[in-house]
Amino acid sequence: MSLTSAHSVVAPSATSKRVAGTIIVAYALISIVPLLWIFATSFKTPPDSIAYPPKILFQPSVEGYCNLFTTRTRQTPEYINSLGPATGLCDETVRKRNMVIAGPSNFMPRFVNSLIIAFGSTFCAVFLGTLSAYGFSRFKVPLADDLLFFILSTRMMPPIAVAIPIYLMYRELGLSDTALGMILLYTAVNVSLAVWLLKGFIDEIPREYEEAAMIDGYTRLQAFWRTVLPQATTGIAATAIFCLIFAWNEYAFAALLTSGTAQTAPPFIPTIIGEGGQDWPAVAAGTTIFLVPILVFTILLRKQLLRGITFGAVRK
Amino acid sequence: MAEIRIEHLRKAFGDFVAVQDSNFVVEDGEFFVMLGPSGCGKTTTLRMIAGLELPTGGKILLGGEDVTMRRARERDIAFVFQLFALYPHMNVRKNIGFPLLAQGMPGAEIRSRVEETAKLLRIDHLLNKSVSGLAGGDRQRVALGRAIVRRPKCFLMDEPLGTLDTEFRDLMVHELRELHNRIHATTVYVTHDQMEAMSMADKIAVMNHGVIEQFGTPREIYDRPATMFVADFIGSPPMNFLGFGGGLSKGAREIVVQGAKVAVPEVREDVAPAEMALGIRPEHIRFDDASKLRGAIYGTEYLGTTQIVAVETADGIIKARVPAEIRLNPGDHVGLALSSARLSLFAKGSGRAVRTEIHESASQGRAHHG
Repeated sequence: MSLTSAHSVVAPSATSKRVAGTIIVAYALISIVPLLWIFATSFKTPPDSIAYPPKILFQPSVEGYCNLFTTRTRQTPEYINSLGPATGLCDETVRKRNMVIAGPSNFMPRFVNSLIIAFGSTFCAVFLGTLSAYGFSRFKVPLADDLLFFILSTRMMPPIAVAIPIYLMYRELGLSDTALGMILLYTAVNVSLAVWLLKGFIDEIPREYEEAAMIDGYTRLQAFWRTVLPQATTGIAATAIFCLIFAWNEYAFAALLTSGTAQTAPPFIPTIIGEGGQDWPAVAAGTTIFLVPILVFTILLRKQLLRGITFGAVRK
Repeated sequence: MAEIRIEHLRKAFGDFVAVQDSNFVVEDGEFFVMLGPSGCGKTTTLRMIAGLELPTGGKILLGGEDVTMRRARERDIAFVFQLFALYPHMNVRKNIGFPLLAQGMPGAEIRSRVEETAKLLRIDHLLNKSVSGLAGGDRQRVALGRAIVRRPKCFLMDEPLGTLDTEFRDLMVHELRELHNRIHATTVYVTHDQMEAMSMADKIAVMNHGVIEQFGTPREIYDRPATMFVADFIGSPPMNFLGFGGGLSKGAREIVVQGAKVAVPEVREDVAPAEMALGIRPEHIRFDDASKLRGAIYGTEYLGTTQIVAVETADGIIKARVPAEIRLNPGDHVGLALSSARLSLFAKGSGRAVRTEIHESASQGRAHHG
C-alpha cells in the first residue's frame, strides 16, 4: 500500500495539489529572501550595502570577503604608491580604500573552532545517545520511564536559564574558553534529543536480529555493532543533523563561555561590525561562509533528515 | 548432534507463570514439535533452550551437559526465527556465512561451506542476491542455511512457516522433513499448526497454559489424547464429547449415554461417580438407524471425498465425518453408531483420560514416524 493512500481516503484533487504547491512555493520564497539578501550583500561594496533605496543590481565586489579574512591598516596614498604592484585581488581592492593588509583576521580560527566543537559534540551526543537508546530499548532498566522523562526534562527550559551556574562551574573547573568545555556542554544538551530520537528508531528494529547473532556466536556488543547499527543508520544520520544544527548555530552559551581561543563563529561574526565602521559586506560574507558546512551536510543527508522529521507519522 | 533433556523447567514473568514444571527429552536426531495455542509457553520454552531467556527454575541439559545458565553463544545451537531475521544489509552469501565469521573461520573455508550448504538447500543460484528481494520460501531457505552451515548440536525453530503463504508452507513442510531425514539433526520446532506438527514430528508435546498436557508420537496424541484439551486441540474437526454420569469400575465395557448403551474399550481403573465425557473422533461415527443414540441433521459441509455432518443431539452438536455420497437433508433424524474400539473416556472435572484397553496397545503406535 502506498503511503498516500494509507493516510488519506481519497487522492488529492488537481486543484488542492495546485493550492498546496502555491503555498509551498510562496513560503519557500519568503524564507529564502533573507538568505539571498545576505548572499547579495556579501558581494557588495560597503557604500552599496547601505545605499537607499537598496540596490538590487550592483557591481559585484570581493571586498567583503577580503575584509572578513584580513586585518588592515590605513596608510597615506604616497606610502601605498611606493609599495609597487599589488600582490593579489584583495591587495588591490583594499588599496583603493587607502589601506594595506596587515595580516589574517581571526575568522578562520573561529570557523575551525566551530567545526571542531560542533562536529565533536555531535559525535559524542550521537555515540552516547545510540548506546543509551539501545539500552533503554532492549533491557529492563529500573525506572526506565522516569529516567527517560528526566532526560527529556533537561530540554524543558531554555538553556540560557542555566548559563550563570554553568559559567561559574566552568570557571572553577578551568573549562571556560576551551573547546573541550564547549563540546561537553553541547553534548549534554544534545544527548537528550539523541536518546529520544534514537530510541524510537531502535525500537523499530526487531530484536531477533541481535538474538540471531548472539546465538550464532557473537557477543552482545558485536551483535549490536554488526546487526543493529547498520540498520539504524537512517536514524543516526537524522539525529546527527539535528544535533549538528543545534551545536553549529548555538549563540548564547558560546558568547558567554568563549571569548578567545575557543570562540566559535556565531559570537565572532557580529564583532566584525565594530572594526572600522559598519562593515556589512564582511558580516554577510562571514554568514554566507558559515552557512556552507551545514548546507552541505544537510544536502548529503537530506533523505535521512526527511525521514527523521516525519518519524512516527509514517509507519509500515 | 545431541540429546536435549528438560527437567522441571519453570519460567515466571512477575506473577505470570509462562512455563511450569516442564519435563521432556528430545532424543538425538529426533524431530520434536511443541504444539499449542498462542501464549501457552512453547516459545518461552524454546527461548530458554536457546539461552535467550533464563529459567526461573529447573535444568536444561544439552548432550548431557548442564547449560541452564550458559550464554546463548556458548551453547552451540542454531535458531530459526519466525520472521527469519535475515540481515537486510548483507546478501545471501554473507547471511549464511555470518555464524562462521564469528568462529574466526578463514575466508576460503567459509566460502566452500556456504556454497555446500546453499547446494543442499538448492539456493546456490541466489548467493549474491540481496535478501530483501527474495520470495518467502527462499528467505526461509536462507534462514535454514544460516542454521545448518555451522553444524550445531541442535536446531530450534520458532514457527518458521508462520508467515508463509499456504502454497509455500506445504512445500516447506515437505522440504523441512526431507532435510531432517538427510542430516538427522536434533530439532525442536514450535508451532500452533497441528497439520505441521502431525506431518513432521517424531514426537509432539502439546502445551496449554504453561503445562505440557501430553508428550508422545503424533499417533499416540491423536488416538489416545491424555486430556480433553488435547482431544479438542488436535483433529479437524476436533473430537466430539458426549456427557454421561456415574462412576466406572475396572473391567466395565459399556456405558449409558443419553439412554443408549454404548460399548467402550475395557476400563482399566475405578472412577468414583462424577461428570464424565465420552470422546469420539468424527470419523468414528457411522449413521445406523438401528442405533438408540439419535440426533437430527443440522447441517453439512461438503469436502469432496468426505463430508462433515453436524448432528444435533440432546447434548449439543456433534460432528461426523462420513462418505460424501450419503444424501442427507437438514432435519432428518439419524441413529449414530460409534466405533467402540476407538473411543476415549474423560473425567470432566480434571479433563484427564480414563485408563482403558486402548492405552495398552500403545506399542502399536510407537512405530517410527516419517
